[in-house]
Amino acid sequence: MSVDGGWYLTLAAVLFVIGAFGLLVRRNVLVMFMCVELMLNAANLTFVTFSRMLNDIGGQAAVFFVLVVAAAEVVVGLGIIVAVHRHRPSATADDLHVLEH
Amino acid sequence: MLHAAFLMILLPLAGSCVLAAVGRKLGNPRAGWLATAMVAASFVLSVAVFSSLAGRASNQRSFTQVLFTWIPVGDLHVRIGLLIDPLSMTMALFVTGVSALIHLYSIGYMSHDEQFPKFFTYLNLFVASMLVLVLADNFLFSFLGWEGVGLCSYLLVAFWFDRDSAASAGKKAFIVNRIGDFGFLLAMLLIFTKLGTLNYHGVFAHLGQLSHGTITAIVLLLFLGAAGKSAQLPLFTWLPDAMEGPTPVSALIHAATMVTAGVYLMVRVSPMLHLAQGASLVVAAVGVATAFVAASIACAQDDVKKVLAYSTVSQLGYMFLAVGTGAYVAAIFLMICHAFYKGLLFLGAGSLIHGLHDEQDLKLMGGLRKMMPLTFVTFGVAWLAIAGVPPFAAFWSKGDVLVSAFSYSPFLYAVGALTAVLTAYYMGREFFLAFYGPERWRKSFAARSGEPHDPSWVMKLPLVVLAVASAFAGLINLPFHPAWDFLATWLAPVVGSVLVHANVGTAGRWELAIGDAVLAFAGVGVAWKLWSKRWDRPELEPAVLRAGWGIDAMYDTLVAKTGTALSLFAATTIDTSLIDAAVNGVASAVRSTGESVRRLQTGFVRSYALGVMLGLVLLLVWMLTRAVS
Amino acid sequence: MGAVTLASFQGLNGVHLLATTLPDALVFAVAAVMVLAGAIGVVVSRNPVHSALMLVLTLFGVAVEFVAQDAQFLAAVQVIVYAGAIVVLFLFVITLLGVDNPENLKEEPLRFQRPLALALAGAGATGMLLLGWGAKWTTGAQSVVGQARGHGPNVSVLGRVVFTTYLLPFEATSLLLVIAVVGAVMLVRHRGDAGADRSVRESAPALEESPGVVQQDPQRETDESDQVPAGGPRATDQAQRKNAQTNGGEPAS
Repeated sequence: MSVDGGWYLTLAAVLFVIGAFGLLVRRNVLVMFMCVELMLNAANLTFVTFSRMLNDIGGQAAVFFVLVVAAAEVVVGLGIIVAVHRHRPSATADDLHVLEH
Repeated sequence: MLHAAFLMILLPLAGSCVLAAVGRKLGNPRAGWLATAMVAASFVLSVAVFSSLAGRASNQRSFTQVLFTWIPVGDLHVRIGLLIDPLSMTMALFVTGVSALIHLYSIGYMSHDEQFPKFFTYLNLFVASMLVLVLADNFLFSFLGWEGVGLCSYLLVAFWFDRDSAASAGKKAFIVNRIGDFGFLLAMLLIFTKLGTLNYHGVFAHLGQLSHGTITAIVLLLFLGAAGKSAQLPLFTWLPDAMEGPTPVSALIHAATMVTAGVYLMVRVSPMLHLAQGASLVVAAVGVATAFVAASIACAQDDVKKVLAYSTVSQLGYMFLAVGTGAYVAAIFLMICHAFYKGLLFLGAGSLIHGLHDEQDLKLMGGLRKMMPLTFVTFGVAWLAIAGVPPFAAFWSKGDVLVSAFSYSPFLYAVGALTAVLTAYYMGREFFLAFYGPERWRKSFAARSGEPHDPSWVMKLPLVVLAVASAFAGLINLPFHPAWDFLATWLAPVVGSVLVHANVGTAGRWELAIGDAVLAFAGVGVAWKLWSKRWDRPELEPAVLRAGWGIDAMYDTLVAKTGTALSLFAATTIDTSLIDAAVNGVASAVRSTGESVRRLQTGFVRSYALGVMLGLVLLLVWMLTRAVS
Repeated sequence: MGAVTLASFQGLNGVHLLATTLPDALVFAVAAVMVLAGAIGVVVSRNPVHSALMLVLTLFGVAVEFVAQDAQFLAAVQVIVYAGAIVVLFLFVITLLGVDNPENLKEEPLRFQRPLALALAGAGATGMLLLGWGAKWTTGAQSVVGQARGHGPNVSVLGRVVFTTYLLPFEATSLLLVIAVVGAVMLVRHRGDAGADRSVRESAPALEESPGVVQQDPQRETDESDQVPAGGPRATDQAQRKNAQTNGGEPAS
């Protein structure tokens, strides 16, 4: 018998929180991006777990789409980073605050 | 023939529309002739309708012609319908008759005016509105005519609107009338709320469903409307000012027809009035007070038209005295006679003014009997008629009113009789100042060529016709014998059921009639004694009367000054320190809030992420509270 | 739904974990350690390259957890797309831009950022766990879309759902991918970008000569970025704003 779903979900929650914390404290844009990926993975894990617990293939289909969207997101996000970096090399997230009050 | 009744209204209306469209092309005087022809045709038509109505049996003399439904909304069904009965036909007859004569007169009087076609456009519209008012079979359609005549009155009073006094007189007439119209409207709403219909017949058939208080309220509200339209205390101040309009307008609207609309309305609702004795007393008291106050003011006026205006107010007061004491026939009788002789007086005054090139001051007239013999004779007939000298019109009509007042209350009779003396006196004063004494107009007139003379035949003809009517109008309702009461018999189907029979015997009536004649002769005699030779008697013209008992000044203080002060207060204090402060306060509150809140907008992505995280936590907290509960 | 009490945490007593077969429990535990270690590694590595490598560890761990839950197809895609493509893309960008200089994690320019982040992360974790364990995790309906087990292999089951029920979203993702590709190309195209810069610079002189105008010109920003004063970016901006005020460029508030 496989492990109870609650443990998987606990793992996902912890993973999500670690990702969120990293997003809040890191200044490197690329690392922040990776933290977003962590959070996405936490969500994916939750989906798959629920899919097993409810015996519903819909959860896995959702993960499938999340993967596609994540790929697109990474492509565009990294494109933006490259474009920004061309104007301000060595910029961290804190340097980009032109939209200040 | 009865089915052609609607043409009575349609003809002047069509005339007005045609004149409004192509009046300028027709020009002077063809526009005037067209208008006169329309009203004359309307008069002929009303004579025909009248005779065919008279041909019916007396209990069959009510005919309703429904043209179409005007307002079908929910329970409210207002139709455009005409009520042809003895009362409305009496009104229609003298309205169209007098109107036709005054139209004719206007062709001469207004011949030099540049706005000639416009004048007749308004005049025709007025006749149409007045006929709507008297012929309508329900309150709302009547109200349409009521407002229509008010509008025409405004337009015609302010006809020479390039004069400031005329423009403001027009506004005054309109605004004061509006107070009365407010009462009329409220009365209609009350009637509709209680009975669900506005038809005259429908309302009178269901009066039993109304409580005494409701009827009293309706009557008093209607009387407020009537008091505004018919210039009764305390709303009469607009009528003297309305003399700024051309004299034919004064004769037609502000003497003969429109101002009697209030009296007509009260007679029309006589079944209600009969049930509300308290309200009737109010009507009578206001009427007699107005009659006396206006007559006293008329004794001290110098403007030839102002005297007539106050005289009109006074005579209207008599009519309301009659209505209030239940003598509806007497009120209508006096109204008809008054239309003749007061119309004649105004036309005579217009003839004087015309002859003296727009001079209106009595103190600058005098001795005109030699130059204007026809005006002198006709004006004299009208003077004797209004003074109540037998056998002219007012002797009979005013006599009926006084008999009724005497049977109701000796006090009302006493005030009425005193007013009768005053009437004979001030009209005599006007007559003697204009036609006797030294020729004071020569000083200002010398520069101009020629002598004052009687006007052309178009103006003479109405004078003669009205003089004959004034002399013999009394014949339509003679007392002393039931067979001679033509008017009372004729009107009996409408007002007869509620007629208060004077509890004065034939002998008493004789005595009162002789008393009336004595009073009239006394007033005429005093006027002759005082004014036929001298023209300057300041001791007889106290300032308080010249200023009209200070009623205008009172309105000025109470309404105008207070209103101005209130507006100033609102503009300088409330607007700046309350309204502006509120608006600016909102603006600055938003601004300062923005100033402080904009600190949140740091521009740092990670701060925003912190906000998103906070939102997530709050969402979790909310879900937890739901999970717990 | 019952109140959240300690009694609700009976699932935590380990009986369940021990009741499962040992290999399953082992797989889960090892994978969990991989996931958490990788995640922590991503957050605490000073060098972005190290973070990317740690991310791979996490992604592999998640893939293992997928397999443990009978989602073989997704596990494969996870490894191929995430670990294979995305992380490589990350590394590629890092090396391309040369931003692999280590970040100083000791200092934090934004005050309260770390304590707040810690507090919110703790609150979030607590909230989610309370909610999950208190509500026994699953409250949804069983098998709404289709059963995950018992109808053939995982790939065919998932494929059938994706190409029937989710056909429209699936087609939409193709559109999304096209847009993403086009967008990425537009963003990083060098030549057009430089041309745009030149046109801005040509019209800029008047702007640059007037002092105190709030800078919108990206080229100008680039020029200045080398000489950021010691006070940090905020100091520069404040200096600019003061400048604007003395010139009356900004209305006094």
